[in-house]
Amino acid sequence: MTSVVSATNLGLTFKTNDGDVVALSDVNLTIEKGEFVSFIGPSGCGKTTFLRTIADLERPTSGSLTINGQAPERARKDRAYGYVFQAPALYPWRTIEKNVALPLEIMGYTSAQQAERVKRTMDLVNLAGFEKKYPWQLSGGMQQRASIARALSFDADLLLMDEPFGALDEIVRDHLNSELLKLWDRTGKTICFVTHSIPEAVYLSTKIVVMSPRPGRVTDVIESDLPGERPLDIRETPEFLAIAARVRDGLRAGHSYEEAL
Amino acid sequence: MSQLQYFLALVAGGLATAALAYSFVTPFEQALLLKAFLALGCLSLIRFFVPLGLWVDGALALLGAVAVLTSIGAFVPPLPFFWMAVVVAWLFAWLFVERLSKSLAPRLSDNAGLGLLIPVVFGAALLVIWEVVTRGANVPPVLLPAPSAIGAQLANSAPILWADFVQTFIKSVLPGFAIGCLSGLVVAILVDRSPFLKAGLLPIGNFMSALPIIGIAPIMVMWFGFDWQSKAAVVVAMTFFPMLVNTVAGLNASSSIERDLMRTYAADYWQTLLKLRLPAAGPFIFNALKINSTLALIGAIVAEFFGTPVVGMGFRISTGVGRLAIDLVWAEIAVAAIAGSAFYGVIALIERGVTFWHPSVRGGRA
Repeated sequence: MTSVVSATNLGLTFKTNDGDVVALSDVNLTIEKGEFVSFIGPSGCGKTTFLRTIADLERPTSGSLTINGQAPERARKDRAYGYVFQAPALYPWRTIEKNVALPLEIMGYTSAQQAERVKRTMDLVNLAGFEKKYPWQLSGGMQQRASIARALSFDADLLLMDEPFGALDEIVRDHLNSELLKLWDRTGKTICFVTHSIPEAVYLSTKIVVMSPRPGRVTDVIESDLPGERPLDIRETPEFLAIAARVRDGLRAGHSYEEAL
Repeated sequence: MSQLQYFLALVAGGLATAALAYSFVTPFEQALLLKAFLALGCLSLIRFFVPLGLWVDGALALLGAVAVLTSIGAFVPPLPFFWMAVVVAWLFAWLFVERLSKSLAPRLSDNAGLGLLIPVVFGAALLVIWEVVTRGANVPPVLLPAPSAIGAQLANSAPILWADFVQTFIKSVLPGFAIGCLSGLVVAILVDRSPFLKAGLLPIGNFMSALPIIGIAPIMVMWFGFDWQSKAAVVVAMTFFPMLVNTVAGLNASSSIERDLMRTYAADYWQTLLKLRLPAAGPFIFNALKINSTLALIGAIVAEFFGTPVVGMGFRISTGVGRLAIDLVWAEIAVAAIAGSAFYGVIALIERGVTFWHPSVRGGRA
């Protein structure tokens, strides 16, 4: 069976007016079907760039990367993944239901199929009843849930999420985290999740990829042995704290604070 | 009562009292209505002891308007107290609008009808003053005719004005506007698609927009003949560039996340254009349409100064001035102003319906 994501010696260098910026260097990683993988690290560590490279929004400059055994561009054209951005990016001239249907319209689903899938995904993210609202009439948390529904509507097996809850307050964030876990459990999707919050990464993931900047690279890959069933108060258990401590160590090792200051 | 309202009420009442005292130099039965108005204006000073509703000021302003209008010819030349009465009536109208806008302010946002009341009162006051000053002070009609004279001319020459309206607005402005805006939109999409065209066409468009209309109008007459076609061509030349520039800017208005999203769906160019970039450009496109709606009318009227069949608003204005038929010129200007505002208003209404989602329309946060 092929891995969902497989990166070998992956590198990406941006050419800028100030010279080359090494965004990713020598990244080796495989992600298997059904995993929940978090990418964590300080700003500039390349976690978002890596996600964008998987999505074929950036082109790697060295090494190889395959999605379901295919080149990223092929995978994108096959609609192999759904992408959730930092901002909801719902189109304000469309109702929530029309926003969720947007990828379905583009991919040529019939209107009956569209209606059925919109209903299913809206239920999945607990947004039933808000179909006819416009994005600006919803709270930030609800907007981000709508954008998750949009990414799920065409039922790609891979879900790429780039700090989806970064702009939300902590209470809403906790709530959406536990909903996301349930959703992952129900759908069995492979999820790549970028965050800069240690508790969020540990709480959600089966695998945590710790990254560090200058150049962007992977410094540690932690397999989490937390149980699949995770109530929010699991965050006070010793097992949870042990993993969190290891993530923190990994971040510290990869990043010299004296140098940064 | 605010300080301004207090001051207005005091001056209006005081001036009414002074004018009333002055009016005793004339025989009692002369201009009775004007004197009654002044007496009531004087009486309104009791507001400093008993509050008066804002409709009292409205009624006083209305009575004052009728009184001064009907007594224009009562004294030749008008006595100073007549002009004082005009000022009193104007002050009451001001006070009325001031109080009205204060009391309506909380309800204005959800009721367009109330919002129209204030400009209507304001415009009516302006017309009354115009009428009184031009007729009362015997302003030569060649300099400025009274609104009543313009109104009479409007009614008398309705067939001529209608023919001019059809020639200029229906035949020149509307087709020119449609062609200019549509081609501006299409060229903007082409320019956006091709860097070559962007480098080549935008500077030419810029150059075209800098051409003076007075220069191109006679050339268009030579190219397309005397009739409406040459005027429509001028309108096309005037409306093309604002639409081009605004649409090019609008097509880049969508955010990079919104465009990346389309890329993750592997959407093709046309899907991205129709479902994201054109809707996002909507507010820009409507801005261009609104700018063009006024430009188009100006362009067509000015173009008619340079050769035209014997019909059209610009033709009528240029020959009207030559024949000193100033009433007709003003009637034509009134028609142009009404047509232009209505055209703008219709586009603004459509804009509200189409770009309802934009923060500037729904009045909310982004």
